[in-house]
Amino acid sequence: MALDKRAMIGARIAKEFKDGDYVNLGIGLPTEAANHIPEGINVIFQSENGLLGAGPKPPEGQEDKDMINAGGGYITCIPGASFFDSATSFAIIRGSHIDATVLGALQVDQEGNLANWLIPGKMIPGMGGAMDLVTGAKKVIVAMEHCDKYGKSKILKKCTLPLTAKGKVNLIITDMAVIEVCAEGLYLREIAAGLTLENVIQATEAELIIPERVNTF
Amino acid sequence: MVQIISPAEAAAMIKPGNRLAIGGFLAVGAPETIIDAMVENGNKDLHIIVIASDWEDRGVGKLVVNKMVKSAQVSHMGTNKAIQAQMNAGEIDIELVPQGTLMERVRAFGAGLGGILTPTGLGTIVAEGKQIITLEGKDYLLETAIPSDFALIKAHKADKLGNLTYRKTARNSNPIMAMAGKITIAEVDEIVEIGELDPEEVITPGIFVNYLILAKEN
Repeated sequence: MALDKRAMIGARIAKEFKDGDYVNLGIGLPTEAANHIPEGINVIFQSENGLLGAGPKPPEGQEDKDMINAGGGYITCIPGASFFDSATSFAIIRGSHIDATVLGALQVDQEGNLANWLIPGKMIPGMGGAMDLVTGAKKVIVAMEHCDKYGKSKILKKCTLPLTAKGKVNLIITDMAVIEVCAEGLYLREIAAGLTLENVIQATEAELIIPERVNTF
Repeated sequence: MVQIISPAEAAAMIKPGNRLAIGGFLAVGAPETIIDAMVENGNKDLHIIVIASDWEDRGVGKLVVNKMVKSAQVSHMGTNKAIQAQMNAGEIDIELVPQGTLMERVRAFGAGLGGILTPTGLGTIVAEGKQIITLEGKDYLLETAIPSDFALIKAHKADKLGNLTYRKTARNSNPIMAMAGKITIAEVDEIVEIGELDPEEVITPGIFVNYLILAKEN
């Protein structure tokens, strides 16, 4: 994905966080949000391998072999950080103590179902911590490209890939739109600057509910 | 009492068919010295219980690459192509387990519980064939305890009673795996005398630990 698109999605994700939130960012695109936290907002990042208070990458040469994030990259920790074991880490996650989790997706559907861990016969990485995160976090944000590399919508009427969790997604943020998952379906809340409503509807297989006012971002 | 043994002695205790709960997360906090001794010893037909299959040249990935593993309970294999290839070739049986569920199932065995109830996996293929229990209107999956013969873990310091401290994110699954081994072997960076560890800094009480191994310099 182009750098400006990544930054745009990252900045939009970051607007969802409130001061004092505990947040878990998935690997890849979701981590971009950490670069866009607004001034005056303090967010504490959890890394599910056992850290609250994850900080930025260390300067080259100052890596600590025992300090990684859930993606295996070297990190630092901020003042006030804590270390804990994996069962405690998932008690935090599953027990609804995390305010928001941001994950990538292969598919999302209009019932808030998420598929992001398995393409049968092709890609079998395993679910890692994703199923627990989606089940337990207070708010589940999916961050992804609106369409796959073949130009097909990743926002579907019904997911066709094996699910990560059923009915747990709250918000979808893509390079084209911000979509809220409600009991009645998918509300289109915002469209990316430069796009028309028609562009977004065309690129979305799922039914979108279009409220009177749709903002741009 | 805790015995200090060599890596080779540890590897020799492990027999074909044994179930091994191995600590570490993407090889950080993995007992590399024990793993290397097992590779040298040529242990076979192992069942491993791990968060991740690590990298092909680090952590439990080395056991996979050397075809020492016949089955695994694991939550993430995305960093190790060898395990995926062996699975596709029918050479290794894999049960994918959500990471939080894996930790609780291992912990349950160590804590004398038959299993746990979790909402994780409901409505997914993880729930297939499992009992759903409804409590106060909420559904949970019944997930059974995962037994292991050996726990192989990595800690930072040990005293001669086997009390263990950890370092930063290298703690991860190690304290959980430590509780769950019928026999627990802890690889440590340093072994100190009894009384030298502050009881407040001990994360794994020595009662869970049977053998200590000093890690190779790394």
